[in-house]
Amino acid sequence: MWIVAPLVCGLIFGTGLLVSGMVQPTKVLGFLDIFGAWDPSLAVVMAAALAVAAPGFMLARNRSRPVLFGQFFWPGKSDIDAPLVVGAGLFGIGWGLVGLCPGPALESLATLSPRVIVFVAAMTGGMLVHDIWQTSWPLVRRDGPVASAADG
Amino acid sequence: MANFTPLSAAIGGALIGLSSVLLMLLTGRIAGISGIFAGLLKVRSDDKAWRIAFIAGLLMVPVIAGAIGYGMAAPKLPSSWAVIVAAGLLVGFGTRLGGGCTSGHGICGIGRFSARSIAATVVFMVTAVLTVAVTHHVLGG
Repeated sequence: MWIVAPLVCGLIFGTGLLVSGMVQPTKVLGFLDIFGAWDPSLAVVMAAALAVAAPGFMLARNRSRPVLFGQFFWPGKSDIDAPLVVGAGLFGIGWGLVGLCPGPALESLATLSPRVIVFVAAMTGGMLVHDIWQTSWPLVRRDGPVASAADG
Repeated sequence: MANFTPLSAAIGGALIGLSSVLLMLLTGRIAGISGIFAGLLKVRSDDKAWRIAFIAGLLMVPVIAGAIGYGMAAPKLPSSWAVIVAAGLLVGFGTRLGGGCTSGHGICGIGRFSARSIAATVVFMVTAVLTVAVTHHVLGG
């Protein structure tokens, strides 16, 4: 019954996005629009999330393994390289164009909005283009230690 | 700051943080949504069940909220389909190249005090703010 754990985590995460208003692109764009009618709500969302996450991750760091599995999958990379900067830059442009990042986009699929469906399809396409490109012409070696994961 | 909603933002943010911590403590995984979703696109992988369960949880929220009278309005997106497709492609490609999005870098990464994630978050915040500045104030969209 371990499958209940990620399901409940998804429910809590989605509830947080809904309650905070971050599922609404207008709310996100209100934060990003610092030269307009600025809405600092997203900064409060991040601060509150970090206030819980930082001590929580410290707690997890003190354990040898998670409750339900044999090992932690902590991200293995620590260097600030060109793919990180270019990738984050491109992501920010897309995020700023519509106000949707992956979490709210996936959650909003439940509204069956055609525009959201097209956005998620394009997002999936962008991920596949990256994966095919990286498989054919590897830019960075992504094979690290077994118990590591991509950043997020 | 007429639209500022600090209380709901703080409650919602705390829930997002709680979810990230629980996912790590229970399953050992990072709650980075782009990474969770991208893992489903790999052909050969025995690592999909927890990803599907997490995303199913996300998708159930608007359905449950609607059933108890807090229905979620469809997000307001640009009228141009070309802009939506371009934005989706950039978000998908960018989050894979950069190894994370708002959740993976912005919350889980900064929550671990990772310099890499702090750098990524600064970069995507800056390009997003500049994009909004150009589309809303220069182009007048």
